[in-house]
Amino acid sequence: MNPTNYLYLSAILFSIGAVGVIVRKNAIVVFMCIELMLNAANLAFVTFAKINGNLEGQVMAFFTMVVAACEVVVGLAIIVTIFRSRRSASVDDASLLSR
Amino acid sequence: MTSENLVYLIALPLFSSALLMLLGRKADKWGHVFATLISASTFVVGAMEFFAMIDRPESSRAVTQKLFTWISVGTFNVDAGLLLDQLSIAFVLLITGVGTLIHVYSIAYMSHDRDRRRFFAYLNFFIAAMLLLVLGDSYLNLYVGWEGVGLASYLLIGFWNQKPEYATAAKKAFVANRVGDFGLSVAVMIAFANFGAVSFIGIEEKVGGASEAALTAMGLMLLLAAAGKSAQFPLQAWLGDAMAGPTPVSALIHAATMVTAGVYLITRSNFVFDNAPTAQLAVVMVGTITLLFGAIIGMAKDDIKKALAASTMSQIGYMIMASGFGPAGYAFAIMHLLTHGFFKAGMFLGAGSVMHGMNDEVNMRRYGGLAKFMPITSITFGLGYLAIIGVPPFAGFYSKDKIIETAFNAGGVQGVLFGSAALLGAVITAFYMTRLMLMTFFGNKRWAEGSEPHESPFLMWAPMAVLAVGSVASGYLLYSGKAIVKWLAPVVDKDHHEHAEFLPPIVVTTLAVVAVIIGVSIAFIKYRGELSERAPSEVSIFTRVTRRDLLQDDANEFLFMRPGQKLTQLLVKTDESVIDGAVRAVGSSALGSARGMRKLQTGYVRNYALLILIGALVALFAALVVTL
Repeated sequence: MNPTNYLYLSAILFSIGAVGVIVRKNAIVVFMCIELMLNAANLAFVTFAKINGNLEGQVMAFFTMVVAACEVVVGLAIIVTIFRSRRSASVDDASLLSR
Repeated sequence: MTSENLVYLIALPLFSSALLMLLGRKADKWGHVFATLISASTFVVGAMEFFAMIDRPESSRAVTQKLFTWISVGTFNVDAGLLLDQLSIAFVLLITGVGTLIHVYSIAYMSHDRDRRRFFAYLNFFIAAMLLLVLGDSYLNLYVGWEGVGLASYLLIGFWNQKPEYATAAKKAFVANRVGDFGLSVAVMIAFANFGAVSFIGIEEKVGGASEAALTAMGLMLLLAAAGKSAQFPLQAWLGDAMAGPTPVSALIHAATMVTAGVYLITRSNFVFDNAPTAQLAVVMVGTITLLFGAIIGMAKDDIKKALAASTMSQIGYMIMASGFGPAGYAFAIMHLLTHGFFKAGMFLGAGSVMHGMNDEVNMRRYGGLAKFMPITSITFGLGYLAIIGVPPFAGFYSKDKIIETAFNAGGVQGVLFGSAALLGAVITAFYMTRLMLMTFFGNKRWAEGSEPHESPFLMWAPMAVLAVGSVASGYLLYSGKAIVKWLAPVVDKDHHEHAEFLPPIVVTTLAVVAVIIGVSIAFIKYRGELSERAPSEVSIFTRVTRRDLLQDDANEFLFMRPGQKLTQLLVKTDESVIDGAVRAVGSSALGSARGMRKLQTGYVRNYALLILIGALVALFAALVVTL
């Protein structure tokens, strides 16, 4: 199978994630979309490793997973704290700037 | 020769002035006595110096004292130094002598004023500044004293500054003086640029090698300075209003001493003027114009102090005129200055005494017949009157007669013109002074209701009596055996010029006496009868113009004040529209752009995410473009 197809899949997943971040209001969904974008990037790394025949891309994918794990910890903690104080997980409600 | 005592002449009154001002109300009880004693001791120091000077031979009469090195830049050195020579000592004795008498007079005159201590502090400050003016050995030291007397004059004219018009009068005097001070500072700069020195001795040594143009420029600037301080045309307008000050101030500062500083300046700068004939001619012309100008104004004044002020202006015109005739005239200018110091101070004190007895009324139309009620005042005033109009053998006769003679002796058409002007001035002087005497001391009573004229206390009439003695005797004493001419010769006439005679002295004397008789007779004919309480309103245009001081204020207003205001308004507008406008535009453009930029910050996470995405895409696109 042509490895380029994985790149196309990666691009599609990334775009879905990006659109999700921009249009959704629920903080949990936005968070999931971010994860989707990270994993699309991971897929692209691994594909490039396959195409180039070396391990650099795979190593990068591990790094990304570690960073993503940390990010999930911090991000979920923030979301939970905001939900506790505001009784809402909507990202729009968390806007405090006056117009 | 040096002397260690000169500094006390200045330090004593300066110390007393500072003490009285710093102690404030604590010194209210004894301040006036202390200031008077200090002034008297200054006179004693001056007198001691005078007698020491007489004992020395003519060649070494001048003494100097170096106080400290003031400015030392490269080869240019100015010491704060004092110089007491035959010219200075005449002024020192006049200032401290008349000054002390006026201190004594003021103790009584100001006894009801709650600020009497402050008044005496200012008077002492004036004495110190005036002594520095005449003792300074360079133009720069003179300048310090020159500014000091200007300040003292301002403070004392506006002494009752709770009245706005008095404060305005003080400001007017100060502004007119500033114009003159500008002239003096330019003169100092010219001296420095051309001679590299500012001391009198330093300039005198180098004056031979200077161009006449530079000397003329310096002379004209000195004349401007003299015109400002001595109320000469065209800076004469302030003197009349300066009468707002208490009467002792008018007597001391605006009659006897400060206003004669211009004559001192010109006489002291004789080495400049003697080499600059054009400047000398300008001096004579300014003096002639002012002596007629002041005399004409004096004819129309009903305010006794303003009439005397106009007369002062006119008499200083005589002095300035005489000093413009060079070595022939300096001595007579100083002689007239000294005799004038006596009789005019005496008359001002007399006017103050009259006001004291008449509830501070100054309008002569509300006086009349006061001779019976104020015998001492009328006698001392009368002696001053005889002196000023030049009746022999009173003081003014000698000094004025010599000035008229010098004017005629200037030679040619000029001599005749200036001499005739001086004679005409003598006629007018006799007229307006006789008018003043008749309206005040004789004729019908035109008093305001409630006036109870009475003779003034001893402390007031004693100084008047002393000054009256001076008005009688000083002329003869100064002129007998040409004493003043010989005394001043080492300073102002080193080469002992021989002066040509245009008319024999006896003819000039006769003419002068005839002039006096004419003036007095006209005044007698016009003012001997019953006078009205009000000035006649149906008068000729000439009288009306003269009552408005020959339009001197209108001219100043039209020529300087209005254009000045226009210029100021223009500048204010330019400032508002151009300079403030530019600053405001910068501010408002920053504000406007900030308002636009603020819209970007919505507070929605997705907007920021979108911007990040767009940014990333742009970056990616740019990278693509660069690599391709």
